[in-house]
Amino acid sequence: MTIWQIILLASILVLGIKLLGYLVPPRVLEAPTAARTAELTTVALLSALIVVQTIGAGQGIIIDARLPALAVAAGLFALRVPFILVIVAAAATAAGLRALGWG
Amino acid sequence: MNAEAERRAAWRASLAVGLAVSAYGVSFGALAVASGLDIWQACVLSLVMFSGGSQFALIGVLASGGTAAGPAAIAGATLLGLRNGLYAIRVSPIIGPGWAKRLLAGHLTIDESTAVATAQPTLASQRVGFWATGAIIYVGWNLMTLLGAVLGDLLGDVRQFGLDAAAGAAFLGLVWPRLRALQPVAVAVGSAVVAAVLLPALPQGVPVLLAALVAVVVGVPNLFGRRVAGEEGA
Repeated sequence: MTIWQIILLASILVLGIKLLGYLVPPRVLEAPTAARTAELTTVALLSALIVVQTIGAGQGIIIDARLPALAVAAGLFALRVPFILVIVAAAATAAGLRALGWG
Repeated sequence: MNAEAERRAAWRASLAVGLAVSAYGVSFGALAVASGLDIWQACVLSLVMFSGGSQFALIGVLASGGTAAGPAAIAGATLLGLRNGLYAIRVSPIIGPGWAKRLLAGHLTIDESTAVATAQPTLASQRVGFWATGAIIYVGWNLMTLLGAVLGDLLGDVRQFGLDAAAGAAFLGLVWPRLRALQPVAVAVGSAVVAAVLLPALPQGVPVLLAALVAVVVGVPNLFGRRVAGEEGA
């Protein structure tokens, strides 16, 4: 697949899901198992993505400056610091550690 | 509160949420370029896909696995987009009839437009909340994506600027507000462990999809969850 094919196919699927929801009668949400599992799927995917983004290196694991950057981000989110500032702080942590020659 | 005051309150909520979320479109644009996309590809994702979690997931998998990980990247983005389908079912009565209006509303159905709309007290203010939040974020998110992609393109080596670390922090920010009860925390920890264990063993993108099964294992029997009235036997 080319990168354009991947982008267009994924975009159409994600947009399609939104539009499909408008064709479903609202009483479907009264089935709690479906609603609960869908919400938990979001949590599971995001958590797995954090791990892959933070210690993944191709097909393998590397501990580098990304891990302390994530720890800084977690501390700042706990302190309710706005999203964009946390992202900047995380990037700055990794950049700083690398400038010092680690990770 | 009278109707006019309620509409103004909905506008204020939309502006506050909309501007904050739009700002981090910059990080998406920059990370997309760092992941190997060109500026136009980053912009098409924000214009058509228009769902932050799915967009970050797609470029995250592409960044580590390249186009060989395409199917896993598409599957990850699509699974993360499933919640938008649930939001659509919830806001559908707020939007009302008319296929053109519903088609446009569909495109703008995301975490934030749903959250602001459903937080308002009356149907009229819910409509203001949905359309104002959706429109502000759509315009802002796309402009900021373009800006971020151009900046990312100029920066060159993104590792030097820590942009690779920003991706993990972005996902953490998306999951953070959802971790308010034991059940989602258990799922988050479980799927993180599954992903870490499978990471060295399987091709890129696949560990993330298998980790999503933790949600099914916990969610269907409602482990760690509260029993809701009327749910017995469900």
